[in-house]
Amino acid sequence: MNYTDTSIAASTPFLSLENVRKTYPGVVALDGFSMAVMPGEVIGLVGENGAGKSTLMKILGGVTTPDTGTISVDGTAHNSLTVEGSLGSGIAFVHQELNLFDNLDVAANIFFGREPLRAGPLKLVDRAKLREMVAPLLKRVGANFSADTQVADLSLAQQQMVEIAKALSIKARLVILDEPTSSLPIAETDKLLDVIKALKADGISVIFISHRLHEIERVADRVVVLRDGMLAGTLGKRDINHDQMVKLMIGRMLKEREKASEAARAPGAVALSAKAVRTPTYPGRPVDLDVRRGEILGLAGLVGSGRTELARVFFGIDACLGGTLELNGKPLALASAADAVAQGIFLVPEDRKLTGILLDLSIAQNISLPNLPAHARRSLVSASAETATAEKQKKDLGIKAPSVLTRTGTLSGGNQQKVVLGKWLAMNPKVMILDEPTRGIDIGAKAEIYGLMRALADAGVAVLMISSDMEEVIGVSDRIAVMHEGQISGILDKDQFSQENVLLLAVGKQPK
Amino acid sequence: MSKKDLGLLILILVVGAIVALINPRFLLPINLANTSNLIGLFGILSIGQAFVIITGGIELSVGSLVALLGTLFIDFIAVREMDWPLAFVLILVLGAIIGLVHGWLITRLKLQPFVVTLCGLLIYRGVARFYTADGTAGFAFGQNFPDLEFLTAGRSWGVPNSFFALIVISIVMWVVLHRSVFGRYLYAIGKNEEAAKYSGIRTGRVVMAAYVICGVLTALSAIYFAMYTRSISPASHGQFYELYAIAAAVLGGFSLRGGEGSLVGVILGTVLLQELQNLVNLLGIPSSLNFAVMGGVILIGVLVDQQWGVFRARRRMVDAARKGAVGAAAE
Repeated sequence: MNYTDTSIAASTPFLSLENVRKTYPGVVALDGFSMAVMPGEVIGLVGENGAGKSTLMKILGGVTTPDTGTISVDGTAHNSLTVEGSLGSGIAFVHQELNLFDNLDVAANIFFGREPLRAGPLKLVDRAKLREMVAPLLKRVGANFSADTQVADLSLAQQQMVEIAKALSIKARLVILDEPTSSLPIAETDKLLDVIKALKADGISVIFISHRLHEIERVADRVVVLRDGMLAGTLGKRDINHDQMVKLMIGRMLKEREKASEAARAPGAVALSAKAVRTPTYPGRPVDLDVRRGEILGLAGLVGSGRTELARVFFGIDACLGGTLELNGKPLALASAADAVAQGIFLVPEDRKLTGILLDLSIAQNISLPNLPAHARRSLVSASAETATAEKQKKDLGIKAPSVLTRTGTLSGGNQQKVVLGKWLAMNPKVMILDEPTRGIDIGAKAEIYGLMRALADAGVAVLMISSDMEEVIGVSDRIAVMHEGQISGILDKDQFSQENVLLLAVGKQPK
Repeated sequence: MSKKDLGLLILILVVGAIVALINPRFLLPINLANTSNLIGLFGILSIGQAFVIITGGIELSVGSLVALLGTLFIDFIAVREMDWPLAFVLILVLGAIIGLVHGWLITRLKLQPFVVTLCGLLIYRGVARFYTADGTAGFAFGQNFPDLEFLTAGRSWGVPNSFFALIVISIVMWVVLHRSVFGRYLYAIGKNEEAAKYSGIRTGRVVMAAYVICGVLTALSAIYFAMYTRSISPASHGQFYELYAIAAAVLGGFSLRGGEGSLVGVILGTVLLQELQNLVNLLGIPSSLNFAVMGGVILIGVLVDQQWGVFRARRRMVDAARKGAVGAAAE
């Protein structure tokens, strides 16, 4: 079938779904869902985790077949799409989890499997031609790296750009971005939003899925809200605002937006103190930073500014190459994460599935892991002690799972994050470092995690929160430290908080 | 006992029954005693291997170590006339040190287990051959060690003492692997070493300890093998034994990626392998086909296990769908 004919009038939708229903054993994932996407239209698609977004994406990608309903692409109606059909009609995906070969260079990734070949029986890759084809694509996404860079050497944001360039390379007419900004810092997010606007200007439709509603506010022409597999509502350009979206997503208004209490807090004593600390990533740039008891110190900055690397040093994963670390005034020597844990310094890492929890272990086993000897008699593990600890955390944190013996791999992102938090809360934290704690987590769970951080601070714990989400940094922190190229470029007190100030410091300028 | 282990046990019994029907000599006390002796010897070796495999590593040098440590043991007691308990302890310590060195190279210098232990395989075989000048290590005529011989090659109530040794070691190691804090750490590291590290586990030490355990159990089995064969030509003694140990673990449900497997599994894997060896002998299959039979059975076993997993997953989904439909109708 030929989908590439573009002579269709702009008034008919490029894509429309009618009454699509999809059930899985025991679950109705999509229940009579309909929507349409006009050429050049940017649709913001929002919904809590489990609302049916992933199923919708799988149907559009041709990976899953809907039970009933029709999908029309370019005016041709189908009962279902195939992977080839979806690709052939110009539907391209940029997934939240990147699908790049990090051992290959940018050009090889973009045209993987579609490399231009040289004439002759050997069919060698025509590298010159390949570069020629890649260059304009990289320019369109505003890339600041060359086509022969190894993907492993790129930042997460840059890798995202490669994914979008890949989508553009198949002459996409609809680009579906699945949470593209959840891992991007502010400046790069702006760049990505610009790319979306450029796509729109070229007449390419975009479906933009994000939990960051202010980004949706900025680029979407129309917002489609999914709830429990059904269309909860659509918002036209003028009606798009944060509160409306949230209301449709959760079916009620949030009581109030999460805000740190405005009352000035008496700053506690310094808990964790870094003096001229040098990280392996930026050995030439010493860092000075104090985290006080009872405060949430937000750590903002661009991706690659050295925030995660600093956290890794604080947690003993990476060696401290110079300077001194102190905990409550006493010098601190960390040879491994085990040393940090023994001192009550805990890290909720950026990559939950890779480093935060063990997906194959149960909730109870994950929670007891850092403190297993305390759950054992004569070094034999006591299952009842483990279960008791886990039950308490499950109750306190509201972890939604059939039991504490449930495999953590089957939980949603928010609940997995609560397990990570639970394993540290079950011990006695002095310093809690959270690296992007709400990435990829739905709004309800986000608010709960903010509440937990505040409760920790109120209990006298020093909380250090690394975040690339501007709303989050400003809304949750008591003070904000901003990093720029491996160093702290400035620290903002509550009365100086503004997006502009954070951004200025993040790019190495003075705040106003 | 998991369903997997139960399946393996049934397979062992079925194969045993078939062999016994075709050749009743299978059930003769002498044959059973011989086979259980070999199960004891290879079982001890395989448990050591299992501890390494559970961390996602591999230990390829155990066959060469059986040759080297066996040669040294016989040399110590027969030529140097050392007291055997001292020689016994010395060999175990040597096994521990070699395991420690392997573990250190792997965890501290970040070398790959395959590479480290492959080099070990070559080195220890070479050293063993050099030590005996490519000769044979054995006992002189009339040399006797009654206590040692009773403990290693002797029998009680008709059952080889090596088999009793395996039972004791299995029970101890079962507790270590399935009930202890250390065992939990091993599984956690095998599943995801990075996440284990981020949970504050000293992963390097735990992995090193696994190689030490493997080294000690290999040394112990080396002594048993030496006392069983009574003379050792280092060029061939213990050859391919690492593969027997790995095969037993794989048959017993261990994943070479780490984090999966049970002690009962590796024992049953050893039993099945030795049963197959015995089968080749008893059914008059040319012994040159020995390895081919073993390889074939392992392949079929792994295939059936994998397909069974797929089948069960599908059945679970169908069941859930049916339940969902019933539930919907009831509403």
